[in-house]
Amino acid sequence: MAKKVKVYSTPMCPYCIRAKQFLKENAVSFEDIDVSSDQAAAEEMIKRSGQMGVPVIDIDGELIVGFDKDKIKKALGL
Amino acid sequence: MYDLIIIGAGPAGITASIYAIRKSIGLLVISKDIGGQAAWSGDIENYTGYQFISGPELTSKFEEHMRKYDISLKEGEEALEVRRGQDGITVKTNKGAYEAKTVIIASGKRSRELDIPGEKEFKNRGLTYCATCDGPLFAGKDVAVIGGGNSALDAALQLMRIARRVYLINIVSRLTGDPVMIEKIQGSDDIVCVMNNAKVREITGDKMVRMIKVEKNGKAETLAVEGVFVEIGLIPNSAFAPDVAKNSLGEIKVDAFNQTNIPGIFAAGDVTDVPEKQIIIAAGEGSKAALTAFRYLNSYKP
Repeated sequence: MAKKVKVYSTPMCPYCIRAKQFLKENAVSFEDIDVSSDQAAAEEMIKRSGQMGVPVIDIDGELIVGFDKDKIKKALGL
Repeated sequence: MYDLIIIGAGPAGITASIYAIRKSIGLLVISKDIGGQAAWSGDIENYTGYQFISGPELTSKFEEHMRKYDISLKEGEEALEVRRGQDGITVKTNKGAYEAKTVIIASGKRSRELDIPGEKEFKNRGLTYCATCDGPLFAGKDVAVIGGGNSALDAALQLMRIARRVYLINIVSRLTGDPVMIEKIQGSDDIVCVMNNAKVREITGDKMVRMIKVEKNGKAETLAVEGVFVEIGLIPNSAFAPDVAKNSLGEIKVDAFNQTNIPGIFAAGDVTDVPEKQIIIAAGEGSKAALTAFRYLNSYKP
């Protein structure tokens, strides 16, 4: 079964864009959450990850901070 | 033993790799990331052929071009030491060690750090080096931008639209960025508070940043902020090559052929003392370094 992927990001953040590109290239569908326009989501991201940097990628509940290709690949089993 | 190891996969490293593979040089590219500073750039309007392209998009184009060829790439690997020995050049990384006849150092620059207490603890906990990325998370909050040059002014101008109050903490007596930007900052003194001759001494907080200690004209002051944006310039990633000659900024000295003082070690792009740091210049320098390495290899005697 496909894993549930969420990307917490801001519109202009280069590594958010790169992370989303990477997911698209690997045909991984994801929910894109813009924390610049959704204050509740921003707070949720900060609370869950304990930090304020974007992107934060949630793969079936596992949180990855930053565009860490190796961790993302591992979590997705790519 | 490789013919060539390229350290870095920004505009210089990627272009060098494309030129090298087209000359059938046996090569390896080692890089922490793809795109380097170009991946961090916002809008690019001066890369010939693209009237407008974003940093991430141009990075994708570079990467796509490189991947068209069969180039071995170690991504997520960082060079720790480059030294010329008796039978070649050794590149030690955080994951292994490699030997090569030639090396092109194209490792670029990174954000300069403040080197004060609290900086490491609060990184990504209110302290950031990317205003474009993390700025939107500070809506309605009080923040501080450290620096007085163009990147600091740019960060302050972005944050002005988001934050409640922006302290611009500048170590010298006046702002040094472009006049157009300084005017905009000065016209927004209801939000932006410029503090000249001010030095940040410490960052404190609980889980997140709550306060910074600033010394202004010899007097200590405390500011309640939740965000700290560090914009105090860039430093070259050149420390791993101790024998290679550098200028006072730590940039690797190269001649017009991208040769360093060590035979077989070449350098290209922002890590070097080449005048002007631009994506297109880094790319051009990368191609030049690869062609010089090619000629060097043609007359190579171990």
